[in-house]
Amino acid sequence: MIDCVENRLLTSRRGLLLGGASFAAWAYLPKFARAADGRDPRLVVVILRGALDGLATVAPIGDPDYAGLHGSIALAVDGAHPATKLDSFFALHPAMPEFARMYRAQHAAVIHAVATSYRDRSHFDGQDVLESGYAGPGRVQSGWLNRALEALPRGERVSSGLAVGPTTPLVLRGNAPTVGWAPVALPQAGDDTAMRLVDLYRHRDPALASALSQGLQLEKAASGDDMKPKPGNAVAQMRQVAGGAAKLMAADDGPRIAALAFDGWDTHANEGGPVGRLAFLLGGLDGALVEFENGLGERWRDTVVVVATEFGRTARINGTDGTDHGTGTIALLAGGAVKGGRVISDWPGLKPANLYEARDLKPTTDLRSVIKGVLQSQFGLSDQVLAQRVFPDSANARPMKGLVV
Amino acid sequence: MARDSQGALVALNRFGFGGRGGASGDLINAASDPRGFVKAELARPYGVLLEAPGLQSTPQLGQAVFAYQDQVKQAREAAKAAAPIEAPPVHAPTDQKADSRLRRNLSLNTVATEIAGQMAEAKPADSATKPDAMQPTAAAPAAAKPSQPLNVIQKTFRAEALARLQRAMMVDCGFTERLVAFWSNHFCISATKGELARMWAGAFEREAIRPHVLGRFADMLKAVEQHPAMLFFLDNQQSLGPDSRAGQNRKRGLNENLAREIMELHTLGVGGGYTQGDVTSLARIITGWTFAGRKGQLGAPGSFAFNANAHQPGPQVLLGKTYEATGLAQGEAALADIARHPSTANFIATKFVRHFVADDPPPALVARLRDVFVRTDGDLKALAIALVDSNEAWQAPLTKMRSPYDFLVASGRLLARVPEDPGPYLNGLNLLGQPLWAPAGPNGFPDTAAAWAAPEGMKLRLDIASQMGARLGPNIDPLDLLEFAAGEAASVETRRTIERAESRQQALALLLMSPELQRR
Repeated sequence: MIDCVENRLLTSRRGLLLGGASFAAWAYLPKFARAADGRDPRLVVVILRGALDGLATVAPIGDPDYAGLHGSIALAVDGAHPATKLDSFFALHPAMPEFARMYRAQHAAVIHAVATSYRDRSHFDGQDVLESGYAGPGRVQSGWLNRALEALPRGERVSSGLAVGPTTPLVLRGNAPTVGWAPVALPQAGDDTAMRLVDLYRHRDPALASALSQGLQLEKAASGDDMKPKPGNAVAQMRQVAGGAAKLMAADDGPRIAALAFDGWDTHANEGGPVGRLAFLLGGLDGALVEFENGLGERWRDTVVVVATEFGRTARINGTDGTDHGTGTIALLAGGAVKGGRVISDWPGLKPANLYEARDLKPTTDLRSVIKGVLQSQFGLSDQVLAQRVFPDSANARPMKGLVV
Repeated sequence: MARDSQGALVALNRFGFGGRGGASGDLINAASDPRGFVKAELARPYGVLLEAPGLQSTPQLGQAVFAYQDQVKQAREAAKAAAPIEAPPVHAPTDQKADSRLRRNLSLNTVATEIAGQMAEAKPADSATKPDAMQPTAAAPAAAKPSQPLNVIQKTFRAEALARLQRAMMVDCGFTERLVAFWSNHFCISATKGELARMWAGAFEREAIRPHVLGRFADMLKAVEQHPAMLFFLDNQQSLGPDSRAGQNRKRGLNENLAREIMELHTLGVGGGYTQGDVTSLARIITGWTFAGRKGQLGAPGSFAFNANAHQPGPQVLLGKTYEATGLAQGEAALADIARHPSTANFIATKFVRHFVADDPPPALVARLRDVFVRTDGDLKALAIALVDSNEAWQAPLTKMRSPYDFLVASGRLLARVPEDPGPYLNGLNLLGQPLWAPAGPNGFPDTAAAWAAPEGMKLRLDIASQMGARLGPNIDPLDLLEFAAGEAASVETRRTIERAESRQQALALLLMSPELQRR
């Protein structure tokens, strides 16, 4: 509990959270640029906690079963908030115009019907598998991104990673050195957390429900956006975090690899379609990608941003206009180094017989293949290292070729 | 023995600081014999005392403050005397190559500093300023001014706070520590009164409260009212008997502050049957109760002293009884009588039950504890045992709200963290409106659910819980933690809410905010 309370109170100078020693050591690292082609590759891993609805973000509008399954929240390419057509089959959520622009410029790609090897429906375990890179949950306290760092020739290119946020995400934890950075004013409790708590209090402790609700309303009034159903700060926070990380990564002696997590993607109720809660979050993610593009400047050319989530959601919406925990979802790639402008998918179809357990988008692509493909192209890691050390026992998930320019 | 999960929940939360995580087995131990688990701590009378390396006595601390104040004074005078000669600015030799490289892309350090600066500008009303505003001599200046080394007062305050926090984290149940906190708040002083109060805040509790928590009320009362921290806090060292030699010489007289609070807040209670005349009488009776100053004329600097020169001569009538002029003994006799006054028994019993059982204390239980207090001549251990033995204390619904201190300690215990730096706790307490040893007035911090379950407070608790979740959540299994906190007594709704959280971080925040953790 120690550090978290303190963080709230940090002054600007202390806000750096950068361990002095490890930070200083950074300045002495040799040049990173690849001698062969002059590239100076960068990788950002963005984890969306809560299980993103891939079918709502990149909608298979060409699939005849999609509109029926996703019902009231399904996207369409016509109407008041038309989705952006990516090709003849897939359309992008209208809250992501910047990603659409990158896609058109061939600097963004979508991998659809993707999943880790995890097939159950616990967030905690799903995130553990996603980040540890092991086939099952709870195996290790290190992440695949850290083990990838370990496998790099030390001092040659990337020798340390940047963990963005109050803690190092599991994906970047391990033996390889990391530095941490968090914005000075840590995000306040997420709206989603507050809503869940108010709901619990309503059932168990009405007095606390009333007090907390009032407290939340007071704060919204104080921050001047009490007219809006949601406070605008989640989007601003995503941008702020991404912008700060991008600037650090743009420095000559800055980290080449970073990992960060955005919360709030668990959309059980009132998920919203082209507008609404998910749209709001996707807008934040879109803004974060722009912050990386702008903040990295010239380095964007050599950058790949991988956006991944622990699993997907049910293909059919539930009784509360949301979706429950599912399996297949999407991964997004963005950056100047991405060979983009395409949706990569072995589409399984949404007929009941084609769904996983008759309820979820069936995964046809192993997320590890996608990540291994990116790691190999960006940093030259061998098949063997990727299959044994970075993603243990993953020889069957071959690195996907041609994701990077 | 049968496992009693609900009993364990009451034992650990109503009487203690909550179950610890890790391998402590608190909840299981409490479940096998809830009452025995609570009472076990009462059998170790010396377990209430707190000794830790570096913690010093009140006179030693007083002398350290005097020395520190002298140093500051000398430094200020020296600075004034010295001519302000400014050193010429130093120019580093310019490295053209390095310059051009830096211009292309800034260094990481520069970027990081720049970002931090921008963010500070962007949020001028950041909560970082809040604790200082609430507490002029901030409890945790390290966070506010990282570059300045701590002075001896700040160091002492932090060491005292740390010792108290560590004790609270490590005890099995925490009943005696809760008793310490109760009595310390009942007989509160405030560290914001001045440098001496801040320096002495911890020692006051160690010396005047802890030795008597399982002893007699009269002894605690005497220790408290004779402690330099209390005499300083309520200005009694300035109070002079109008007819005393000092009073005559200095044309100054009584200060009723301490006398009034003794009767109103410490013993009889408002409406406890005393008059303004009694207040003035008691004020006269305790004139001369002071502490020796830096020159040590009355004794070792910083120690309690009776200054006969300031003491009002002659007999005094208090609550209908005449107290002869026996100097220091006059006041001690008066306090001893007030301590066993029926109003005192009633006031203490009511406050005790309100703290441990319910905001509206069950009258039958109050009456029983009042009788115990009277019958045992204020035996506080007997009082505590009577409380634990009562059925009301186990059957009353858990409607009390954890105070911020209880909440932070309970969270730390559940997360099995023994603090090595008190700063974050002190900051958290400032934020949540319960700065350690620094209530707004001599009536101490409030003790009702309404006070702590206020809208702004709940929102801030949620923010703090979320930050704990963000920092520590990744490493914990929230469902394991729920087992340590409440076991089978956890509600279905709480369990489900935690199971369904979208991340471990969120799950931990929700657990810390759950009714099982907030109510006691």
